[in-house]
Amino acid sequence: MSFLSMSKMVLRKLFSAPVTERYPFVPKVHPVGARGKVNIEIEKCIFCGICQRRCPTTAIIVTKEPKVWEIDRLRCISCNLCVDVCPKKCLALDTQYSPCCVGPQKDSYHA
Amino acid sequence: MSKRTIIPFGPQHPVLPEPIHLDLVIEDEKVIEAIPSIGFIHRGLEKLVEKKDFIDYVFVAERICGICSFIHGMTYCIAMEELLKLEVPSRAQYLRVIWSELSRIHSHLLWLGLTADAFGFENLFMQSWQIREQILDIIEETTGGRVIFGSCKVGGVRRDISAEKLQEILKKLRSYRNQWTEIGGIFLNDTTVKHRLQGVGKLSMEQAKTLGAVGPMLRGSGVAMDIRMTGYSGYNKLGFTPVVETAGDCYSRCKVRIRELDQSLQLIETCVTQMTEGPLEAKVVGFPNGEFFARSEQPRGEAIYYAKANGTKFLQRLRVRTPTFANLPPLLTALAGCQLADVPVIVLTIDPCISCAER
Ligand code: SF4
Ligand code: SF4
Repeated sequence: MSFLSMSKMVLRKLFSAPVTERYPFVPKVHPVGARGKVNIEIEKCIFCGICQRRCPTTAIIVTKEPKVWEIDRLRCISCNLCVDVCPKKCLALDTQYSPCCVGPQKDSYHA
Repeated sequence: MSKRTIIPFGPQHPVLPEPIHLDLVIEDEKVIEAIPSIGFIHRGLEKLVEKKDFIDYVFVAERICGICSFIHGMTYCIAMEELLKLEVPSRAQYLRVIWSELSRIHSHLLWLGLTADAFGFENLFMQSWQIREQILDIIEETTGGRVIFGSCKVGGVRRDISAEKLQEILKKLRSYRNQWTEIGGIFLNDTTVKHRLQGVGKLSMEQAKTLGAVGPMLRGSGVAMDIRMTGYSGYNKLGFTPVVETAGDCYSRCKVRIRELDQSLQLIETCVTQMTEGPLEAKVVGFPNGEFFARSEQPRGEAIYYAKANGTKFLQRLRVRTPTFANLPPLLTALAGCQLADVPVIVLTIDPCISCAER
């Protein structure tokens, strides 16, 4: 017979600090290596378009003339493939996600 | 004879995280028959192989299920590696096993929580999910994603875990083991919990075999069958024996899952001691050709991937049979004759993952 098997745990929790994080007040820190949004160092980019060809969700659009690198934040699944294939190593994944948005969110970077 | 009525259960129901619809034919409070209908969230992911090349499709395969995402991606990779005749390096295989077992631990803890929620034990639900949250943190630290790992690729894995990190993970997991043993004890010994689980939703060994049950549903009915016994991805080197319980009711399915938590940790420990340094991937050359059936053991049971390729970068056909789909006929048998109030608990004991059943 065990009716109150939970009580020991409940009492312990009652006197310990909460395990949840107070999220919007305390910002969430993601560990190193977490896959968040894609960042580009546009000065290093040579607009070769390899990232555009390899992206599985076609989130990236690269135009040579004028030199523009565009990303659709909502399409991107943070898979890290573009970072792996970029010959100039100008792409990197941030540990933070891109902020919430209510519509299509295209970010353009000009050389 | 009392009058028969039909009570609809789902697709929206408090215990169901995902939509499945059951028409329960009841007499008084007793369920006579359950008639299922599925297909609310079919996404056509199998058809997508014709549009995505075989390397990119890993990302889609991982998204078939949101809980056993890694094992889905891995099974797909195993099928592709077989068609490409690739030898996966041993370190990559060990890492795959570690991530598979981590996802099993987090999936079983999720299930324990949901079951506690289904029979109204909210506190137990929160405790289970608290441990699960810490497992998710380990997964995020090692793969970069909490739910979609994204660390498996055709030919190997995309990330390594350093030796110190592995020791740190083991240390953490051992302390979580104490926590899950404590809540496991409540699940297995508490009178109220036993009352809701014992003798409910019986499935005999014969029924489990003939209806093709898989995973804990099958092992809870006394059949020692686990695809990890076939030794895919290096499981043969780990000395694996399946966990079996014989009662065939909800309680024994629960017990199988709780015992599997310890077993998963043991497998991870063995992996860490056996692992040696080495390459992480084999280079992909050429295109897949031929047909292959890949099988793997997910937290919910056996998943089957059938792939047919013709030597181009697009596959001709991919067929995925997920464990929840295989467990639906045994579920209907277990439901027949139960009380209406027990339906949510019985439905949950197959650990339904509807979006992967419908792909
Ligand atoms: S692959 Fe790199 S260098 Fe080439 S366009 Fe993309 S970001 Fe620029
Ligand atoms: S992270 Fe993946 S989805 Fe996002 S832009 Fe790069 S390749 Fe495309």
